[in-house]
Amino acid sequence: MTDRNSQIVAFVREETIPQAPPPTAEAGVVKWVRVNLFSSIPYSILTLVSLYVIYAILASFLPWLFNGVWHTSNIRECREVLEGATGGCFSVLSDRWNQLLFGIAYPSDQYWRPSLAFVLLFGALAPVLFPNAPRRLLILTGLYPFIAFWLVWGGTIFIPLMALAGVAAGYLVYSRYVADSFAMGAAGGVATAMVVWWIGGFVTGATEGVLALEAVPSRDMGGFMLNMILGVVCVSLSLPLGIALALGRQSSMPIIKWICVVFIEFIRGVPLITLLFVANVVLAYFLPPGTNFDLILRVIIMITMFASAYIAEVIRGGLAALPRGQYEAADSLGLDYAQSMRLIILPQALKISIPGIVNVAVGLFKDTTLVSVISMFDLVGMIRGPILASSDWNGVYWELWLFAALLFFVVCYGISQYSQWLERQLATDHR
Amino acid sequence: MKKTVFLGALTVAGLAAGAAAAATLDDVKARGKLNCGVTTGLVGFAAPDSNGEWNGFDVSVCRAVAAAVLGDATAVEFVPTTGKTRFTALASGEIDMLARNTTWTFSRDVDLKFTFVGVNYYDGQGFLAPKNLGVSSAKDLDGATVCIQTGTTTELNLADFFRANKIEYQPVPIETNAEAQQQYLAGACDVFTTDASGLAATRATFENPGDHVLMPEIISKEPLGPLVRHGDEEWSDIVRWTLNALISAEELGITSANIAEMSAGTNNPEINRILGTEGTLGEMLGLDAEWAKRAIAAGGNYGEIFAKNIGEATPIGLARGLNAQWTDGGLLYSPPFR
Repeated sequence: MTDRNSQIVAFVREETIPQAPPPTAEAGVVKWVRVNLFSSIPYSILTLVSLYVIYAILASFLPWLFNGVWHTSNIRECREVLEGATGGCFSVLSDRWNQLLFGIAYPSDQYWRPSLAFVLLFGALAPVLFPNAPRRLLILTGLYPFIAFWLVWGGTIFIPLMALAGVAAGYLVYSRYVADSFAMGAAGGVATAMVVWWIGGFVTGATEGVLALEAVPSRDMGGFMLNMILGVVCVSLSLPLGIALALGRQSSMPIIKWICVVFIEFIRGVPLITLLFVANVVLAYFLPPGTNFDLILRVIIMITMFASAYIAEVIRGGLAALPRGQYEAADSLGLDYAQSMRLIILPQALKISIPGIVNVAVGLFKDTTLVSVISMFDLVGMIRGPILASSDWNGVYWELWLFAALLFFVVCYGISQYSQWLERQLATDHR
Repeated sequence: MKKTVFLGALTVAGLAAGAAAAATLDDVKARGKLNCGVTTGLVGFAAPDSNGEWNGFDVSVCRAVAAAVLGDATAVEFVPTTGKTRFTALASGEIDMLARNTTWTFSRDVDLKFTFVGVNYYDGQGFLAPKNLGVSSAKDLDGATVCIQTGTTTELNLADFFRANKIEYQPVPIETNAEAQQQYLAGACDVFTTDASGLAATRATFENPGDHVLMPEIISKEPLGPLVRHGDEEWSDIVRWTLNALISAEELGITSANIAEMSAGTNNPEINRILGTEGTLGEMLGLDAEWAKRAIAAGGNYGEIFAKNIGEATPIGLARGLNAQWTDGGLLYSPPFR
């Protein structure tokens, strides 16, 4: 701070520089692009190549999508309308829309029934899937299987009513005796339900046509509806069955343990398609001719068995992951086997198993398309069989298969997003 | 132990099936519906339309039998079968007859214990090639790549043909017919081979069918026809003579248009016998006198059925060829109605 200094230094800033925006090259989009896309020469080349690939795909896909034809009645008309221009014949979807969703034989004036059952499905699932949903919806969940059966298959309302009465009576007996012993309660409940159903058989026989919807035989089910029926029924049946098998496999009673082990290992060792062939073809030889054991029922049984074996193994993994202390803690509280499982072990084990169970459920839902191989007209069977074989639409592939892929993607992606949400909800710190 | 139970169950099931097979006609009448096995879909031969109504060349045979037996051409329950499930469906009694473009072979007839009641389409393996390949005969195909469905008799026929003609080829194995169409159009192979009717149907779906030609050579025999189980001769007679009635009707000039007029009586005794105004042919079959009249009225005679489903006026555009009446140089030859 001498005079000399002030003479040498020509300029000294005495206030701070006002804040200025960063240089354009270091901010916003430009920076992002520079850092992420063009940070070095090889990256720049890769970026340009990728951009070109994306452009090439979109340049051929978008005209095909937006230039598509939606209102012609066969492929020849569609090609005439296009006059050689690129474009999809989406009119196959509008022409065969109902067949893709409901199959060829479901009566067309009854389409509202499966549609209503589908809408109700969300109401029935909500209280099970979302803890915030109104608890009163649980009543709908309980009644849903019977309502859905009546809506989809039709017939007199007494069939689902009697089934419901059997379940209700069984539950009453179970809740009366479960306090004494779980096994006694369960056995008594099953026996009561059987008796009620047996009596119900006579009642429904006598009241045919009372409050009846038009009956639709199983063989008339098809399209995406069939995939949904198989998927929903088999997943919901295989979950309890899988839990029972997983517990049975860990049982200390040798007979139960070995039955479960043999069942699981046998089913897991056999491809699903083989089981379906057994259901469709081999069983027909054993049943006396004339007995028509419902094909859908046979398929449901086989797919459920298949899925429950896998779910059992997933849950066994969850059970094995629990520290031994949890089992011992349950014992030390004086809980019996059923109570300790229900209150302490299973809630924790199932939580660990969620990703695995969802994985099996998604796979199972997609596997329902395998029924097309045993000549059932599910969505894939519909496309491969009747639609591609009609002289109207033989030759249209992309439109149909993309549509099928889209339907399955929506459902499977939904399931997987739900499971991720559920895992976040259940996230606890110690795991 | 398990094996014994298994075999026991098999025997019981077999016996029961045998007992039931003896009276297919009664079963069908009691049921009021004919269970007819068809394909899950083959262009022109069997496919449901956009209303779910089954149509096609094979389907017409089912409808004719239903009309003859039950008096109603719509009283048919169509049971879709795949190549894998068709024979078990028939053997187990799930279906009463199979009309699913099935080739009549020795082993199917003898070993699988079925009765082929006749031939409703004479097919054979052919070749499809692009016009600009510049070949006019399959014998010029030396060194060509050939799209071929694996695991079929066509594969074996192809090997035989090329070996017999001492020329080379390169097979491109393909799983399904739809895949073959795509591969062929994409140029993965020079030539596509399968049954000639299938080739014609495939070509009809191309955007420019004129750019592709069918080779004149047919290298195998594929007589396709309806079949029933062994052991119920009354039933196989009914199906056989219903098919013959359709063929004879064309030969004798009975059509769905003039059948009402002709059934009033004509000068031709064979027409009268078919239409039931003379003789007791229906009674011999265990049916009424007008069985054949109803069968023909259901979809027309053989020629009409052919023209409507796969003939030259349809997109499939098959010529009669071998399937013309014997009087026109074809192979269709119905035994006399006498």
